[in-house]
Amino acid sequence: MSFHTLLRGAAAVALSAAISAPALADDHEKSGGTLVIASTQVPRHLNGAVQSGTATAVPSTQIFASPLRYDENWQPQPYLAKTWEVSDDGLSVTLNLVDNATFHDGTPVTSEDVAFSIMTVKANHPFTSMFDPVEKIDTPDPHTAIIRLSKPHPALLLALSPALAPIMPKHVYGDGQDAKSHPANSAPVGSGPFKLVSFTQGESVVLAKNENFFLEGYPKLDEIIIRVIKDTNSLLIALENGEVDMYPFIASSTEIGRVEKADNLTVTREGYAAVGAINWLAFNTKSEKLSDPKVRQAIAYAVDRNFIVKALHRGFSSPQRGPIIESSPFFHDGVEAYNVDLDKAKALMAEAGFGDGMDLTVDYIPGPAEQQKNIAEYLKSQLKKIGINVEVRAAPDFPTWAKRISTYDFELTMDIVFNWGDPVIGVHRSYLCSNIREGVIWSNTQQYCNEKVDEILSAAAVELDQDKRKALYAEFQTIVAGDLPLYWINSLPYHTAHNKKLGNAPTGIWGAMHPLDRVYWKETK
Amino acid sequence: MTAYIIRRIFYGILLMAGVVVLNFFLIRLAPGDPAEVIAGEMGGATKEMMDSIRATYGLDKPVLTQLWIYLSNMLQGDLGQSYFFNRPVTELIGLRIWPTILLVIAAQVLAVTIGVAMGVFAARKPNSILSGFVTVFATIGYAVPVFWMGIMLVILLASIFPVFPVQGMLDARLHSADWLTKTIDILYHLALPAFTLAIIYLAIYARLARASMLDVLGADYVRTARAKGASEGSVLFKHALRNAALPIITVAGLQFGGLISGALLVETVFNWPGMGTLAFDAILRRDYTTILGVLFFASLMVVIANLITDLSYRLADPRIRTGGA
Repeated sequence: MSFHTLLRGAAAVALSAAISAPALADDHEKSGGTLVIASTQVPRHLNGAVQSGTATAVPSTQIFASPLRYDENWQPQPYLAKTWEVSDDGLSVTLNLVDNATFHDGTPVTSEDVAFSIMTVKANHPFTSMFDPVEKIDTPDPHTAIIRLSKPHPALLLALSPALAPIMPKHVYGDGQDAKSHPANSAPVGSGPFKLVSFTQGESVVLAKNENFFLEGYPKLDEIIIRVIKDTNSLLIALENGEVDMYPFIASSTEIGRVEKADNLTVTREGYAAVGAINWLAFNTKSEKLSDPKVRQAIAYAVDRNFIVKALHRGFSSPQRGPIIESSPFFHDGVEAYNVDLDKAKALMAEAGFGDGMDLTVDYIPGPAEQQKNIAEYLKSQLKKIGINVEVRAAPDFPTWAKRISTYDFELTMDIVFNWGDPVIGVHRSYLCSNIREGVIWSNTQQYCNEKVDEILSAAAVELDQDKRKALYAEFQTIVAGDLPLYWINSLPYHTAHNKKLGNAPTGIWGAMHPLDRVYWKETK
Repeated sequence: MTAYIIRRIFYGILLMAGVVVLNFFLIRLAPGDPAEVIAGEMGGATKEMMDSIRATYGLDKPVLTQLWIYLSNMLQGDLGQSYFFNRPVTELIGLRIWPTILLVIAAQVLAVTIGVAMGVFAARKPNSILSGFVTVFATIGYAVPVFWMGIMLVILLASIFPVFPVQGMLDARLHSADWLTKTIDILYHLALPAFTLAIIYLAIYARLARASMLDVLGADYVRTARAKGASEGSVLFKHALRNAALPIITVAGLQFGGLISGALLVETVFNWPGMGTLAFDAILRRDYTTILGVLFFASLMVVIANLITDLSYRLADPRIRTGGA
């Protein structure tokens, strides 16, 4: 099946689903009420157009609508665009916008706003690959936007998700000020299901129902409050006591185990398919000790992912064998697993000329000990068995760690990096030769360069046939699993805990980074 | 007296200028800069984006030029723009300073009143069980780290026996309630953090009041007061305590700086939205302007508190007033 046939079909199915949605609604759902979401993360501001990350994306996707939204099966659904069509050559995408959408200040949403927003995201968002091939956006009438591309770009539709492409009012954000530090980023005006009431930096975001939301009958809730609670112990007590109703992005097995025991809570691991958070061990491939793939493979053979997952994470996380998360349509199962084999590891070390062993340091991104420090300590004991003396080097905070890694002052480092839906958005950046950029964190800081990989990734980025694209990514995964610039350890065990009385809790591919317009209280709390 | 106050204010300004300049350089010694943090928070950035961020906030200029710009803006009441929160620092501090002042004053009042009362009653009967309890309590209170005490109180009184809320200053759902409901809820949220912060100082005041009262209660004028037939209450609070109060006032003033730093820890434990949590967020993100703003206001609070202390023991003890110290 070709890519555009798939898309047209999906659009038709989605449209009919959207039209019949109210009929399928739960009979017991009640409108109204307040949902209090807890977060340990502090958002800089609330505009996801110029900022990635979960802290901004959760409020941003409530305030701003986007051209498309996605269901649990990675299928695009109509949102601001009621229908969309990709041209046969893949060089243009036409969005037909709904005609009843208005921004929170009452101004209608037009194709001008869509064009302005996508070009702003292209110029300012850190994920430059999302809209890189977009050359211009034509606006033949107020409800039609035609995105013109320099080359086919199959990742485009996913990039039109609420978390990545917030549609901003041009009359507010287009006043010539720098989009990254625009004052309206902290007092945003969007067309999403909820509008901003107050934003107290580092403390809370209060959102109220948008009475004029363009999807009739939604949102169900009157109010959403996002409360920042940095101490997870206090956060969990607040959740158990009912002070907060929902806690997404729980990654600690201790915390998951604890919330599972609470009578008033439901715990789910659904809702993180597109996020694709991978915990990995990165190699500085330009280091003399690590430039030979045999040394990296030896390390891989010495480490037991299953021990990490089962013992250190109490079975809540999953082993990760390659660069693409298992929930992605592009995941390839057939890559080298590197099951523990200490003899093979020692032989590889000897072949690489390090039969007498070596000294290495391992850094780790400051964060939950369970994902970072504990694994680093485990590596130390495990690698000793193949003659590698590991020194674990802690960093007191993120800037210290980021400085070391982005300036290549490291040998091994643990890190957590997101797939962000399409490989073009979140995967390519860690493997492309052209993305080796000193001083920039989360670029290709491994300094890995394989021209064949670059060729495959360039081809996959423009391949419209889904099956061919999958095949290209399968080849990519096989090659990097052999070259091993990174040793992927586990996918993060993200879970959401929420009050049992909450209906339609976010379980789509973007989880809570998605409009919560369908969430409701089953009974008055 | 006026000359004295002017002199103290002058020293205070010098001290704050010193705090700002010293910290300006100290903060820059930490590895990493705000542009890297902003890029990290954004999920990565190109070199050009990072250069543009540095240029926006003037971080591409030489450090001494940055200091000069900062100081000259500061003299005009402008503490700069927060790199991380993208908002003027004075606005951020304006939001956060009141919760901190509320917490510090509540803790100070609790510590002084309960501590002094415990000390006075313990001094009355130095060999009683109550006196022994005060000594033991004071030692424990002084020895226990404030954040540990906070966590223990949270576990005991917010989790096992959920009597108090675990965090924050106001129930999230009450943001649009009437002022009375909000005030009651704020006091309810204040109880645990204020008590946690008060404990260590309460212990100090209890011990100090006990020792000081023991001295005074043996003095001739107390015996004279009793001989005159004054009531026990009058003897204790009118004759003895006023004389025993001087060391307590001195220590209360000296402890103020400690109380503010304690408040920063307590705020973090209880998620109290004051300057402590702001400083915590700012330090982790190398938000230089916000850190400097918080330190500036914290030192201002200490300077003001010391000035008030000086003035208050001049009021409490006429001998200091006439002595012209």
